[in-house]
Amino acid sequence: MSVPIRKFDAVIVGAGGAGLRAAIQLSEAGLRTAVLSKVFPTRSHTVAAQGGVAASLGNSEEDHWHWHMYDTVKGSDWLGDQDAIEFMCRKANEVVVELEHYGMPFDRLDNGKIYQRPFGGHMSNFGEKPVRRSCAAADRTGHAMLHAMYQRNVKANTQFFIEWMALDLIRDDAGDVVGVTAMEMESGEVYVFHAKAVLFATGGAGRIYYSSTNAFINTGDGVGMAARAGIPLEDMEFWQFHPTGVAGAGVLITEGVRGEGGILRNADGERFMERYAPNAKDLASRDVVSRAMVTEINEGRGCGPNKDHVMLDITHLDPATIMKRLPGIREIGIQFAGVDAIKEPLPVVPTCHYQMGGIPTNYHGEVVMPKNGNPSEPVPGFYAAGECACASVHGANRLGTNSLLDLLVFGKSSGESMVEYIKAQPAAHKPLPANAADYSLSRLNRLDTQTGGTAVGATRLAMQRTMQAHCGVFRFKNMLDEGVSKITEIEQQVASTEIKDKSKVFNTARLEALELDNLIEVAKATIVSANARTESRGAHVRDDAIDSPEFPDGRDDANWLKHTLWYREGNKLDYKPVNMTPLTVDTIALKKRAY
Amino acid sequence: MDSANDYQVSPGRLLWHCRRGLLELDLILQRFIEHHLESLTTEQRAELFELLHYDDITLLAIVSGREQCEETRLKGMVDLLRAA
Ligand SMILES: Cc1cc2nc3c(=O)[nH]c(=O)nc-3n(C[C@H](O)[C@H](O)[C@H](O)COP(=O)(O)OP(=O)(O)OC[C@H]3O[C@@H](n4cnc5c(N)ncnc54)[C@H](O)[C@@H]3O)c2cc1C
Repeated sequence: MSVPIRKFDAVIVGAGGAGLRAAIQLSEAGLRTAVLSKVFPTRSHTVAAQGGVAASLGNSEEDHWHWHMYDTVKGSDWLGDQDAIEFMCRKANEVVVELEHYGMPFDRLDNGKIYQRPFGGHMSNFGEKPVRRSCAAADRTGHAMLHAMYQRNVKANTQFFIEWMALDLIRDDAGDVVGVTAMEMESGEVYVFHAKAVLFATGGAGRIYYSSTNAFINTGDGVGMAARAGIPLEDMEFWQFHPTGVAGAGVLITEGVRGEGGILRNADGERFMERYAPNAKDLASRDVVSRAMVTEINEGRGCGPNKDHVMLDITHLDPATIMKRLPGIREIGIQFAGVDAIKEPLPVVPTCHYQMGGIPTNYHGEVVMPKNGNPSEPVPGFYAAGECACASVHGANRLGTNSLLDLLVFGKSSGESMVEYIKAQPAAHKPLPANAADYSLSRLNRLDTQTGGTAVGATRLAMQRTMQAHCGVFRFKNMLDEGVSKITEIEQQVASTEIKDKSKVFNTARLEALELDNLIEVAKATIVSANARTESRGAHVRDDAIDSPEFPDGRDDANWLKHTLWYREGNKLDYKPVNMTPLTVDTIALKKRAY
Repeated sequence: MDSANDYQVSPGRLLWHCRRGLLELDLILQRFIEHHLESLTTEQRAELFELLHYDDITLLAIVSGREQCEETRLKGMVDLLRAA
């Protein structure tokens, strides 16, 4: 069947921080650039980022990119690629200053320079003491970033396709990427976007978990599309959990609440963190607190009728202090837990927050995969940046504020690589394969004709609950094995989802079914990769890993200092080495990760 | 019940515009839609659609009562959302 074709030099899927930054590079180079987005660009999930963006500007005190690099390698538990990390940390000042020139209203010092605040894990002098490295625009950093970059794109004539959903990647016989298929929501029609180069900047897939801080839109579409097109996914077992999401809702409660004296309590009212971290108590690191909470729940000391959460208590604090220092917390409690935090404790659970793995790339933003003995051979015409990509700078654990930096640095570098690639191509596009849209059309046709199938909402919920219970902050063999078989069953149900509403115009039931096709790929990649990695590293904690002086905290460098690659076909796993060679400085040598 | 043709704003489009960048808004709007979409008049739907044009930060501030909506016409819809 033939579908309409639109031709561009470059097609970018995703209009969050990463996609917008790349688009500036392409449009300003004079290339015809299309940006597709499921929602209006400034409604992308980047809008949620408040903490800021890291850069060693040294405006408030001495700082250096090399210190930032050290912190990032250490934070990643040595799984991050040191060439990419050096690249990112060295580029940070440049991209932040550029953003300032695009009109980003950063907070300022009296001398006019960008104000910087401290953030967990960012230290001076190779881990000595906290440093002020985060640049923010009040509590709306992500929002301001999206606005500044969207305006810049409008000026540069980037062509936006808003409320369009990309469906599948198009690769030719040689495996080169030549476009995507996409559905216009308004009409329900499928189009082919024919391009010389395609960038995926589709954000994270936090909605694979039942409890998630991510907006509903974060369904891992780019990651799912890549997997269906035969591209492996890297390090998908690594997900960052935030200890305090509101139970049942996911809304994030900042660390600041515990910083101001908030206490975690179990069903007996006990301040249980005293047993797990006698010194830091409720202020221990995110992973320690999350694990303690889940232990309490697993051992029957959870709260509520289902004993499935613990309580965050601030009732002992002076209401005036709460209103002054933590104004948002009361609002969140009332809106999402039905609780006035001044009078009653808040129900909280560890909640999925950030996807460290994704589509494998190098620091040029080129998507890479093993080919002819090279573990990282670029896939011609294909690029990825932002949370959907794995460069890999976050390794096994991301530092706060490094994600917005990742968007800017790799958004820009992928844009630059695409400009170079497109300019080196002949004037004519590489031909599309015959029937380039058939695969997408057959998926849609399956949905339209399915009878006796499963409901999308219920199937998604089953997947989310399985991932939460079997592949959350606590992982061990039996639990993971069981999870893998459950997810395999759920995958069958996803393959037979049925929608009652077959209408064309803005059919949200159809859109959600298509999103579920992507979520399930991410869930499979995550749980299969997690099951295979028998060590603990960063955010992936195996309770059955040996914790001894040889394997500190269960980390096993001899066997597991390597990146996972999961292939959709046959759930096959492969591995590739971590790049331990920075671009110009010495290797940051392996060490136990202790703060 | 109205048929789809009676809506100035198609229900699908309205639903999709409730998909936001902030989880807080997703949750509030989902709750509102589940309980109230069916009973909204055509005019109310149009008002909701208009409110959804605000950026996420402003919209959350409005529905949380931290900010007033500058369009006084939309006050009724804002009140409904705040009560949801
Ligand atoms: C509550 C919260 C607070 C955070 N705070 C910080 C912080 O302070 N600092 C920090 O560094 N990081 C923070 N993070 C992480 C950071 O916000 C994200 O990692 C980052 O914004 C992701 O940006 P992105 O450009 O990759 O994707 P997104 O901003 O998620 O954008 C994805 C884009 O892809 C589009 N899209 C997706 N699928 C399709 C499709 N099929 N077809 C068409 N378009 C599609 C969407 O419409 C959207 O435009 C926070 C995260 C959360 C959840």
